[in-house]
Amino acid sequence: MKQNMRKISSVFLNAIKYIILIFFSLVAVVPVVSCVFTAFKTSEEYQTTSVMAMPGNWLNFDNFIKAFQTANMGQAFVNSLAVMLCVLAVSVLVGTQLAYILNRFSFPGNGLIRNLFLFASLLPSIAMQVTVYKIMSVLGLVNHLYGYIIMMCGTDVISIYIFIQFMENISVSLDESAIIDGASYFQIYWKIILPLLRPAIVTACILKGVAVYNEYYCANLYLMDKSIRTMSTSLYTFVGPMGSQYNLICAGVLISLLPALIVFIICQRQIYSGITAGAVKG
Amino acid sequence: MKKWLKSRKGQQTVIIVSFAVIPLFLLVLFTYLPFVQMVEFSFFKMKYLTPPDKRVFVGFKNYIDVLTRDDCFKALKLSIYYCIGALVQLALALFLATILSFKVKGGNIFKGMMFFPYLISGIAIGFIFKFFYTRGFVLDSVLQLFGFDAEQLPYWLKDQKVNNWSLVATSIWRYFGQNMVLFIGAIMSVDNELYEAASLDGANKFQQFFHIILPSIKTIVTLNVILSITGSLSAFEPPYVITGGANGTGTYFVIMNEIAHVTQKVGLASAMAVILLLIIFACTILQKLFFKYIFRSSED
Repeated sequence: MKQNMRKISSVFLNAIKYIILIFFSLVAVVPVVSCVFTAFKTSEEYQTTSVMAMPGNWLNFDNFIKAFQTANMGQAFVNSLAVMLCVLAVSVLVGTQLAYILNRFSFPGNGLIRNLFLFASLLPSIAMQVTVYKIMSVLGLVNHLYGYIIMMCGTDVISIYIFIQFMENISVSLDESAIIDGASYFQIYWKIILPLLRPAIVTACILKGVAVYNEYYCANLYLMDKSIRTMSTSLYTFVGPMGSQYNLICAGVLISLLPALIVFIICQRQIYSGITAGAVKG
Repeated sequence: MKKWLKSRKGQQTVIIVSFAVIPLFLLVLFTYLPFVQMVEFSFFKMKYLTPPDKRVFVGFKNYIDVLTRDDCFKALKLSIYYCIGALVQLALALFLATILSFKVKGGNIFKGMMFFPYLISGIAIGFIFKFFYTRGFVLDSVLQLFGFDAEQLPYWLKDQKVNNWSLVATSIWRYFGQNMVLFIGAIMSVDNELYEAASLDGANKFQQFFHIILPSIKTIVTLNVILSITGSLSAFEPPYVITGGANGTGTYFVIMNEIAHVTQKVGLASAMAVILLLIIFACTILQKLFFKYIFRSSED
């Protein structure tokens, strides 16, 4: 009898568990799904059918083409890609180098450098732009793609932390035997540490890449010309005259999130491990 | 000198300096220099192009303005909404993380669906939810399916009784999955034998949660509670796109953005930023004290 009760209650609990999970998954997905439905609808369909009704023709790509052209998303995508590649290349090089010296050598200032980066992560970027703007304009970096890239290139505490954490598991005896073989410190970094860091680099790149791709505030502030807009700023152009043509806007939104979705599907594991690694820094 | 450079010590110094110089230069140029300037500017009345000798020193007037001007102070109060939202978000994330860290069929799919919003850009989220909340659109249709009367529903973005909660919900939607993944990571790092021992002893799931899971991840939970206060003060993109700060939804950053880059009251904007930073530092110190006294004493 008691055993039976237990069984029933555990089946019941199990059912509740799945209901809760399905409910919150739907909460997470429904706003995006409604966007997908709407993006495939013709203007007439959009005005006459409910937003939760499926489109008549799933192959109606007109809105995507129109959104792509009106917001000049092709150019924007190229710009975003260029920014991302440059920023990732520089920040990975600079970040791994810094992590290398912080992890492998004890020197006066080692702790100070770590704290400087940690403290910097407390300063919210949007607030800092009040005065960074002044510096950018003095240096003549405003309204140039390279100016924006330089500003974004700095490394951040989370990447450094991911690199250092990974480096702690690379045995120092590797370094030592290389030194005996006559390698310089730079060669150790370049030929031993950097290749072994690959998994950590992938994780840091995905996290930073998504952040750079989605960055809006600075892109909007420093890149005014139409020709140097990024994905986020070109998407924002839908705010104006097309503000109520949601079938078009939804198509634009979906185009802009497609790259993130693809990266997510391919690299789920690395993204999760990056989130967890970045979080324990406290 | 040449000999020193060839020595091990010399080589180390060379590599340390050459590897540290670029990141530190960027850090100083784009973080610490602006930080110092921000404190300086906050005592002046100036625009971006005002030459240094034309600035007017106003003492603490900008700070007094921030605390007395209707728009700034209201925006500061608005972050209380986001704080409450952040606490709800953390509780929800912890709850879902606990469920998902036990055996669940299709757990990865649930996790993926709930996490994905974190990867969507703030601007795209703004559009998605502007559409979501518009009268007669997604939210209203869904609620009608559940039998709500469309006429009785409020205007989610205009009605001042609910519009800030609507925006807070957007922010919960965006971040709860990320928090959840983080908590799952923390829960997974708890030694598995503890659960096995507990269930052998007949502890149910609730007991396992309160006696094993919660104590072992309390550090990361507290850390996130404090981080969420900082995050609440920094809400920007959703209100910026969805309402443009209209109808009393202008968060601190929406107002700061306008003051700095539209009306160019750089001094006032700097004072706003400094006040924000002071609040953030206070939270950080609170966190340090919390870890130092509360947690240490419980471990003794």
